[in-house]
Amino acid sequence: MPYSSLSDIQSRLNSGETTAVKVAQLYLDRIAAFNDTLNAFVHIDPAHVLAQAEASDKYRAKHDARPLEGLPIAVKDIFCTQDGPTQCCSNILKDFHAPYDAEVITKLKEAGAVLVGKTNMDEFAMGSSTETSAFGVCRNPWDTNCIPGGSSGGSAAAVAAALTPAALGTDTGGSIRQPAALTGITGLKPTYGRVSRRGIIAFASSLDQAGPMTRTVKDSAMITAAISGHDPRDATSVADAPAVDWLAACESRDMKGLKIGKPKEYFVDGMDAEVRASVEAALKKCEELGAEIIDISLPNTEHAVAAYYVIAPSEASANLSRYDGVRFGHRCENPEDLLDMYTRSRDEGFGSEVKRRILTGAFALSSGYYDAYYLKAQQVRTLIQQDFIQAFEQVDIIATPTSPIPAFRLGEKTDDPLTMYLSDIFTIAVNLAGLPGLSQPCGFANNLPVGLQWIGPAWREDTVLSAAAAYEGATDWATRSPAAFGGES
Amino acid sequence: MEIDVRKVAMLSRIRLTDDEAAELGPQLSSILGYVEQLSKVDTDGVAPTAHPHDAAMPLRANIVTNSNRRDELQAPAPKTESGLYVVPKVIE
Repeated sequence: MPYSSLSDIQSRLNSGETTAVKVAQLYLDRIAAFNDTLNAFVHIDPAHVLAQAEASDKYRAKHDARPLEGLPIAVKDIFCTQDGPTQCCSNILKDFHAPYDAEVITKLKEAGAVLVGKTNMDEFAMGSSTETSAFGVCRNPWDTNCIPGGSSGGSAAAVAAALTPAALGTDTGGSIRQPAALTGITGLKPTYGRVSRRGIIAFASSLDQAGPMTRTVKDSAMITAAISGHDPRDATSVADAPAVDWLAACESRDMKGLKIGKPKEYFVDGMDAEVRASVEAALKKCEELGAEIIDISLPNTEHAVAAYYVIAPSEASANLSRYDGVRFGHRCENPEDLLDMYTRSRDEGFGSEVKRRILTGAFALSSGYYDAYYLKAQQVRTLIQQDFIQAFEQVDIIATPTSPIPAFRLGEKTDDPLTMYLSDIFTIAVNLAGLPGLSQPCGFANNLPVGLQWIGPAWREDTVLSAAAAYEGATDWATRSPAAFGGES
Repeated sequence: MEIDVRKVAMLSRIRLTDDEAAELGPQLSSILGYVEQLSKVDTDGVAPTAHPHDAAMPLRANIVTNSNRRDELQAPAPKTESGLYVVPKVIE
């Protein structure tokens, strides 16, 4: 049961085999047993979880079940929730309670989901390893000496160890797909503008997008169906986004005639040999299923990380200027004057990675450097988008590794930020272009999970889900689970 | 590239200790050195990206939509009085 998919649990709830309260209790028991080891959750209120489940059972008894009725879903600590604290795993927001729910939280509640708790993350989503959290590092269930990826590492670890059957993450440069890959689960970043950003604590506004982290492709479709849609209160939410029949896309599961682009820039020297072999084998399997693999080039990919590390910190430096000790968040003791209060509050509240990115962004936006850095990066971003547009004139979808390496050891890269930044090298271009991307398990390297990334044209999550569901149905990677946490390996 | 970390920190309203400044300076130089590769990309005539999908920012109708939620919104505040936020004095 704990490693069941959302859709399996839904079937059992619908048949009356179990209740939302029993399901919630099962996962609460697992959190109690394993969270000390993993540190995947940073806030849990068991009584509130059970109260939601009880209310769901009562609702089901009187009405038709809603799309996510009684299903437990955890959410990253970046989502504002009226219930419990919203801290973005930062000391500057310690004990902050949001006065409203993020739009996606409202939508999950309306769909009948039971919100399990808040998951660990890199502070303000800045990191690729969940080591920058102010609430301690999170660990990978496949090897607790390794990182779970980041920044949605808590959500990834929680799903991988079956402390929850599903979770929400956010993806600014790969923060859903990379941790999903490193923990052997499925993670979907929808097209930018598909899901409301209202109530998601902003990191880089032109890149951030929320999405599901689940055991199966269908589960990701179920959640995205519930959380997507235009939000007039979010100016970046796209009003006329083409609709997707989310569940039908998973049911089609057909690769016959699908043209899959294999970009040469994503199969480079230096990547882990076993990762490469796993992804090559996955593409071979797709060929057996009737797809055609076409070699393509995305020539500006090599500049994606550089463009990202100008654009994202620049937007972050502006977004995080609101944490000044005045309006909300941490305030230093006994400030000497206003400037002392600003500088000391921010120094005490922010961790080193957040400071590093604020400083990088402030420099890139400062007088005399704006054209050379920020404007130039946004122009290169346009070239990266054009690469994808041209590629999708030849192919239906693109397949790549999600990460060039499997999960690395805790502390291995903390002293070298640039090397850490390069761990998102295969995911960042997707955010710059605003495209949908999905990572699903496709093998193991050094006994750690490997992810296969699907990239679709804008608004074509149906193509991504269909291909991923077809691959999932033809392999058993999505059924693997870590033995140390009661899985079958 | 040499960066005046203290100046950038002041622009960012962040106070750095000497140790932090000594550590962050070379790290920022390394990151910006890597970013320098962008200068070699030919972007003549290329428009910068404003929104990934060229979507226009829609205007909402100019009507009142929110109800009075003052009590709810002030509930998380550390201290309130008569519907006002009470904040500590910062400047004499």
